[in-house]
Amino acid sequence: MSGLAVAAPAGQGGRTGARAALVAGALAAVAAVALFVGARYGLMLAIGLGFGITLEGLRFGFAGPWRAMILRREPAGVLAQLLAIALVAVVAIPLLGRHGDELSGAQAPIGWAMVGGAFVFGAAMQVVLGCGSGTLVNAGSGNPVGLLALPFFAIGSFAGAYGLIWWTDLGALPILSLRGGFGLAVTLAGLALVAGLFWALGRPEARAIPGRYLLAAVLLAALGIANLLVAGQPWGVVYGLGLWVAKGAAAMGADLGGSAFWAAPGSVARVQASLLTDYTSLSNLGLIAGAFGVAAWRRDGLTQPLPRYPARAWVATAIAGLVMGYASRLAFGCNVGAFFSGIATGSLHGWVWFAAAFAGAFVGIRIRPLVGLEAKP
Amino acid sequence: MTRRFTAALLALGVAGLVAFDLRTAPPNPYHAPAAFAFGSGQAASGGFCGALPD
Repeated sequence: MSGLAVAAPAGQGGRTGARAALVAGALAAVAAVALFVGARYGLMLAIGLGFGITLEGLRFGFAGPWRAMILRREPAGVLAQLLAIALVAVVAIPLLGRHGDELSGAQAPIGWAMVGGAFVFGAAMQVVLGCGSGTLVNAGSGNPVGLLALPFFAIGSFAGAYGLIWWTDLGALPILSLRGGFGLAVTLAGLALVAGLFWALGRPEARAIPGRYLLAAVLLAALGIANLLVAGQPWGVVYGLGLWVAKGAAAMGADLGGSAFWAAPGSVARVQASLLTDYTSLSNLGLIAGAFGVAAWRRDGLTQPLPRYPARAWVATAIAGLVMGYASRLAFGCNVGAFFSGIATGSLHGWVWFAAAFAGAFVGIRIRPLVGLEAKP
Repeated sequence: MTRRFTAALLALGVAGLVAFDLRTAPPNPYHAPAAFAFGSGQAASGGFCGALPD
């Protein structure tokens, strides 16, 4: 008994020390980037940490709530997502109207490849149960499926960008945006309409939004607005992942001149510059680190045993990661860049992305048990 | 085997990525932009997944 009594405080002391080290490490990383790269970049890393801590700490995301709605008619998570988007839109759309010379939205054209890419992305993200941000959070918290999917996601993002212009040349509309007071009103009305539809389709006893989802929605919105004010552009994920691979390919002597995307002057400059000056790379790194920090902070976060899956599940994870990366570039973003930031900054492509990806999610949910990533229903 | 192993793998990967980046493209803090794009008077110029190449 006395041995146990002594051991418990010692264990607690060790955990307190480890937690203090986590906080100190995060602060030191932000300070180092701010000092040695630039204040804006340090802020972007801090914002990324906030995203990671919010998503992992409150167990919130995009793929899971879609699955809950489709399989169990639980709309709370999707309603919280729509709330977060609405909160960002209330600030972002007026700001973009008045400060369009300094701030840019997630504006992209609607096209055949965009719609197809969103559908395929929606399916693939349900296979690994992680979208763009979800894959980063899962990897950061030690989930082996997220860890395996992540490098393939990055390779797919690079490859999708490589051929992006060929795909958009198949047919695309001009960029269509909702602007000003009218644009904000239409966006909020659209979000309310979709929320009402999900609410009506949901099971009555599952309609209430839990407090942690409400908190996550408010925090994500605040961080999304901060991202816009600091970087001058909304929160995004997949561009940074493709850039990591482009830098590696260029360092190994690959000629990126054959790609209209990677040979463009802006892309060349970013491939040559430090990743620590790329906004999406910084928020991605912060997101991973934030999720890791939360997992390490929890008593049982990193001590969970790794799940056992058949070989075909791991192969499917790698393929799904690759497909997610490629499709998200064709779709001009993932749940973050297209759905969250696109709708919140008035881009109509965000709405089309949402419809196509949600339809794709029905397919992905059926594929997931077939490849051994869960027990067959 | 626990998540400690996979988290450690990820930490190694991220550390390797940052080390590779610092070696191939050392940043220059003296060329850093203003802390906030909002109010800076400068156009946004970062790469974004929704943007066509510039």
